[in-house]
Amino acid sequence: MVNRIVTGAHYGLRDWLGQRVTAAFMALYILALAGWVMWQPAFGYDVWTELFSGNLMRSVSLLFLLSLYYHAWVGVRDIVMDYVKPASVRLLIHVLVILALILYAIWAVQILWGI
Amino acid sequence: MKFRIYRYNPEADNAPYMQDYELDMQSGDAMLLDALMLLRQQDDSLGFRKSCREGVCGSDAMNINGRNGLACITPLSSLKQPIEIRPLPGLPVIRDLIVDMTQFFKQYHSIKPYLVNNDPPPETERLQSPKDRAELDGLYECILCACCTTACPSFWWNPDKFVGPSGLLQAYRFLADTRDQDTSARLDNLEDPYRLFRCHTIMNCVDVCPKELNPTEAIGKIKDMMVKRMV
Repeated sequence: MVNRIVTGAHYGLRDWLGQRVTAAFMALYILALAGWVMWQPAFGYDVWTELFSGNLMRSVSLLFLLSLYYHAWVGVRDIVMDYVKPASVRLLIHVLVILALILYAIWAVQILWGI
Repeated sequence: MKFRIYRYNPEADNAPYMQDYELDMQSGDAMLLDALMLLRQQDDSLGFRKSCREGVCGSDAMNINGRNGLACITPLSSLKQPIEIRPLPGLPVIRDLIVDMTQFFKQYHSIKPYLVNNDPPPETERLQSPKDRAELDGLYECILCACCTTACPSFWWNPDKFVGPSGLLQAYRFLADTRDQDTSARLDNLEDPYRLFRCHTIMNCVDVCPKELNPTEAIGKIKDMMVKRMV
């Protein structure tokens, strides 16, 4: 194969926009959760388990974590793109990062629905 | 006045080195380029580019006390001594302060820096309303000196793939031109994780631009156009 500089993979905008949307959602979730915690007169383990026993809170929290993983994926990929030059090594790191993030997502479901 | 200047002649030197110079002059109203010209009278082996000596041609861009700028419009009185002068960072050095701009211009050419309009040319000129013309202010003034692009870490890491602030400012200059008919193809050309989206709004470009232009704002407007096209 000839060694030419190739660009033009059309996913730049999608990932850039995705990173911003997930950031906005995460900020809202953190503010809402922090506000709720501060609003509680007494805050302990029982209040915390009560909060996470509802399916709505579990689902929204899962959405928060999935947003975090997608956001982190774009960020880590950007770093790898800057610093790792051989395409084969870059692909390997990308695959490892994706696998780790999928594992985190499965783990998150186990934790959230195991409370 | 004291100077420390980067010297490198690939034909004679094994490695670059810094050379000290002294000049018996008062800064007054003089610019850095005036001092460099006097230094070259002392040492005619000192290599640097210059042409218009009034901030229009962009030939004498260099790294002055750690900051990119044009020697011809940088007052000596504004500089701390010893004045340390290096070539623009991130580009191969040909000799002393002269860098190889090939990569920079390759990126500039890649954004098609010319008007694309397939209509038959009118008898006089393609007119614009004053309002449409005003959209090009802050864009057309770029002199391609490369101060911004060579101050950009994203360009240092990926000079072969990232267009760089100067090229992207020019890309927006043609996207913003109401006479241009190639908008969609121009956006396609940049819709890539490297060419445009390597910009992480570090804003070194805005900080150093000797013409006080704002490539970061232009890049933001390109992103806005892409979002508008997508949704």
